[in-house]
Amino acid sequence: MLPKWLRVERIARLAVFSALALSGHAMAEGPQATPSIFAPASTPATQIYHLSFFILEITAAIFVAVAGLLTYVIIRYRARTGDDESEPAQVYGSNQVELAWTVIPILIVVVLFLTTARVIFAIQDAPMPTAALEVTAVGHQFWWEYRYPKQGLVGQDFVAVNELHVPLSSTDHPTPTYIKLLSADVDHSFWVPQLAGKTDLIPNHPNDTWIDPLQSGLYVGQCAQFCGVQHANMLLRVYVDTPEQFAAWLANQAKPGIQDPSVVAGRHVFETQACMNCHAVQGTAATGRFGPDLTHLMSRDTLASGMIPNTRDNLRQWIKDPNTIKPGCLMPAMQLSEDQLDQVTNYLETLK
Amino acid sequence: MADQTLPIHGALDLTPPREREHTLLETLHSWVTTVDHKKLGLMYMMMSIFFLLVGGAEAIFIRIQLAVPNNHFVSPQTFNRLFTMHGTTMVFLVGMPLVFAWANYIVPLQIGARDMAFPRLNAFSFWLTLFGGLFLYYSFIGGPGLYGTGSAPDVTWWAYAPLTLKAFSPGHATDYWALALIVTGFGTIGGGINIIATVISMRCKGMTLMRMPLFSWVMFVDGAFVLIVITPLTASQVMLLIDRYLGGHFFDTQAGGSATVWMHFFWIFGHPEVYVLVFPAFAIASEVIQVFSRKALFGYPAMVAAIIGIAFVSVSVWAHHMFTIGMTSAGNAFFVLSTELVGIPTGIKIFNWLATMWGGKIRFATPMLFAIAFLFQFLCAGLTGIMLSIAPWNWQLHGSYFVIAHFHYILVGAIVFMVFSGIYYWFPKATGRMMSETLGKWHFWLFFIGFHLTFDTMHFVGFEGMPRWIYTYPADRGWQNINLVVSIGGLIQGIAVLIFAYNLISSLFKGKIAGNDPWDAWTLEWATTSPPPVYNFATDPVVRSWRPLWDLKHPENPDWKYD
Repeated sequence: MLPKWLRVERIARLAVFSALALSGHAMAEGPQATPSIFAPASTPATQIYHLSFFILEITAAIFVAVAGLLTYVIIRYRARTGDDESEPAQVYGSNQVELAWTVIPILIVVVLFLTTARVIFAIQDAPMPTAALEVTAVGHQFWWEYRYPKQGLVGQDFVAVNELHVPLSSTDHPTPTYIKLLSADVDHSFWVPQLAGKTDLIPNHPNDTWIDPLQSGLYVGQCAQFCGVQHANMLLRVYVDTPEQFAAWLANQAKPGIQDPSVVAGRHVFETQACMNCHAVQGTAATGRFGPDLTHLMSRDTLASGMIPNTRDNLRQWIKDPNTIKPGCLMPAMQLSEDQLDQVTNYLETLK
Repeated sequence: MADQTLPIHGALDLTPPREREHTLLETLHSWVTTVDHKKLGLMYMMMSIFFLLVGGAEAIFIRIQLAVPNNHFVSPQTFNRLFTMHGTTMVFLVGMPLVFAWANYIVPLQIGARDMAFPRLNAFSFWLTLFGGLFLYYSFIGGPGLYGTGSAPDVTWWAYAPLTLKAFSPGHATDYWALALIVTGFGTIGGGINIIATVISMRCKGMTLMRMPLFSWVMFVDGAFVLIVITPLTASQVMLLIDRYLGGHFFDTQAGGSATVWMHFFWIFGHPEVYVLVFPAFAIASEVIQVFSRKALFGYPAMVAAIIGIAFVSVSVWAHHMFTIGMTSAGNAFFVLSTELVGIPTGIKIFNWLATMWGGKIRFATPMLFAIAFLFQFLCAGLTGIMLSIAPWNWQLHGSYFVIAHFHYILVGAIVFMVFSGIYYWFPKATGRMMSETLGKWHFWLFFIGFHLTFDTMHFVGFEGMPRWIYTYPADRGWQNINLVVSIGGLIQGIAVLIFAYNLISSLFKGKIAGNDPWDAWTLEWATTSPPPVYNFATDPVVRSWRPLWDLKHPENPDWKYD
C-alpha cells in the first residue's frame, strides 16, 4: 500500500498532464508551431522540463493539502441556521502548532533549493565541447544579426540575419551551438522555448547561452524583453539542419554576393539611393551595418524578422514603405519611383 | 447587537448635532482644505477607485486588442502606451494610495487616537500623490514635446534603460513618467513617516504595541517599509533625469554606462514594493477573518513576527526578477534561496488565518466571501511564486504570460479582492449606511468568475511561449483560444466592477442605516458613531487587550485574562 502523499502526487501529476492536454499539445516530439516549454528538444530545455515537473509535484501536493484544509474549514465551520447566539470557543494560538508549520516549510525550502542549485550549475556552467559551433547574436531594434566565424580553412566570416542556422546535435556526438549575446541598442532577450530558457541581450554586458537540438526542423520563439515599438514582431527562427544541409548552407553563406549583370540597374539604385548606408552586400561597395546584411537575402524564408514570407510582392512592398507592414520599424520609405522599385526588387532577388 | 450594548463609557457623544446645512461650495472647500485623517483617507480611497477605473479601462483596451491574432484595434505605439500606463497607474496611483487610504482612515480609530500624528503633512502627502497622478496623465497632452514623437510613456513600468534615454525615447513622455513618480514618491514617504509616528506616539492608554490590533501592526510595518522601498526608486529617477538632461552616463550604455545598474535599483524598489502593496490585504484579512469567523486571531505574536520577517527577507530577493540577465551561477543560487525563504513567513500567515477559521462559526457576508477567495488565490499565487523562484524554470517563465498571471493573482486575486472586502466591511463605519448585500454577492461572484477565466488561463499561454508586452501575435502560434477566454474574463470583471461602483453610490444614499457596530466586531473603530465625529472619541478610550470591544461584550471571559 502506497503512503498517502504518493497518491496525492499521482493525482497532481495527472491533473497537470490533463490541463496541458486540454491546452492543445502534450509532450510532442520535435519542433512545434506552438513553442511550448513542455515540448523540449535540447538539453537545457529538457533539464528545465524535468525540474519543472518535480516542482509541479511539490507545489501540487502543497496545494491539495492547504486548499483541501480551507475547503474543509469553510464547510465544517460554517454558521448554520438555528445556531444559538453564543460565540465559539476562543483559541489564541499554540506554540507547538506554530513550530510545526514553520519547520515543515523550511524542510521543503531546503529540498527545493538543493534541487534547483544542481540544475543551475549544470546548465549555466556546462563546459563547451571542442566540437561546438560558436555564433554571436546581436539584438537590434527590431531584428537579429548572427555573426558566424570562419569555418575551417576556406571561406570567410559572414553575417546571417533573422534566421539562425545551427547543426543538429546528437547524444553520441554532441555538436552544441554556443551563442554569445550582444546588443547594438537596447535590451532584448533570446527565447526559443523548446531549445533553452531565455537570456537577455544587454548593451555593454555580454551574455551567452547554449543549445544542442536533437531533432532537425524549424524552432520558433521571439524577443522576450520589451525593446520598443515593434518588440512584438522581433521573431526568432532557429533552423536545425542535418550535417549535410548545414554544410551546404555554410558554403553558400560564406560566399560574396552573386553579381548578375542583368540587374545592374537595380544595383545602381541600391548603391545610389541610400540603401547601402545601412545595408551590406558582400563583394560590392555596400557595407552598411545598421540594417540587415542582404548578401544572401533570398536564402531566407521570411522578411521583417520572421513577420512575412519572403515573396516578390512582399519584398517590393517592404522596400516601398516598410511602415505599412511593420509600423514603427526603423527602415524609412525611400520614395523610390515604381521603376526603381522594380529594379531594386529584381536586383535583390538575385542575391541567393 | 448594535448600538445599545456599546460600550466604552462616555465614548459616544450624545449631544444632538447642531450643524447647519452647508452650501456645495462650503462642502468642497472643507474637503480641499481638510487635515482630518478620515476625510483624507476617503480622498485617497476615491483617488484609488478613480484610477482603478482608468487603469481598468486601459486593461480592457489591451484585452480587446489581444482577443484575436493580428488585430488592428489599436496601433503598436498606442498599445505600448496602454500597458505602460496600466502598470504605472495600478501600482503607483491605485495600490500606493490604497495603503494610505486604509492607514489614514482605520489606524487612528483603531488605536484610539484623535488624528494622525502630522495632520498637515498628511494633507500635503495626499495632494502630492494626487497631483503626481494627474501629472502622469497630463503626458497624453504634454508628452510630444519639441520632437513631436510619443505622448504617454511607452517604456513598460520597469522602464529599463537604455530604452528610456534620449537616444531611444525622444520627446517628454519618459520625463513625465520619471517626474510623476518622484512627486508621488515624496507623497508616499510623507505618508509612511506619518504612519510610523502615529503608531509610536498616538496609541491610547493601555494599548501597548502587543495590544495593537493586527491591522494597525501591519500598517505600521508597511509605513516603515515604504521608507526603505521608495528611496532607491526616487534615486534612480533622479539619475535617469541627469542622464537625459545633464549628460550623465549612469545608464547610457553608448557612453560606457550600465543597463544593469538600473535593473538593480528598480528591483530593489520593485520587489519589496509588491509587499508594500499586499500588506494592506494582509491587514484587512486579519480583521475580516476574525470577525466573520467569530474567533480571535490565532497566533497573534506569530503573525506580528511573520509580517516583520516578510519585510526583512523581501529586501534581499530583488534579483529574482533578473535571473535572465546573466548573473553568475552562484548569484542565481543565492537569490533562489532568499526568495524561497519568503515562503516561510508567508506560509505562517496563511496557516494562522486557517487556524483562526478552524472551530469558528463562519458567516458568509460579502466581506468574508472576498476574504475566502483571497486565501485561495493567495495560496495559488504563492505556489506559482515558488515556481518562478526556481531560476532555471524562471529562464523559461520570466517575461511570459505566466508571470503576468502570477502577479495579477497577487495584485488582483489578493489585493483587489481584499480591498473590496475592506470596503464592504468599513463602508458602514465611514458612511453610516450598509452596502447592498445582494449587489455585493453579484459583484463577488461575477468578479470571481471573471478573475479565474482571465488569470487561470493566462498561466497556460505562458507555458506555450507567449511573451508579455506584445501588441499582437501570429495566428499560427496556437495562442488565440486562450487569449479570447482571457479577454472575455476581463470584460466580466469590468461588469462586476461597474456593479460595485453602482452599489457604492446607491448605498451612499439609500443603504440601510448601519448603526455603530453592524458586524459585532471587536476593535475600537466600532466603538464610536458611524460616521465618526471629527474628534473620533468623546473621551480617550482605555484598553486592556487587542480586542477591547470583546472585553466589553464578554466581561465574563475577557481577552486580557489570557494576556
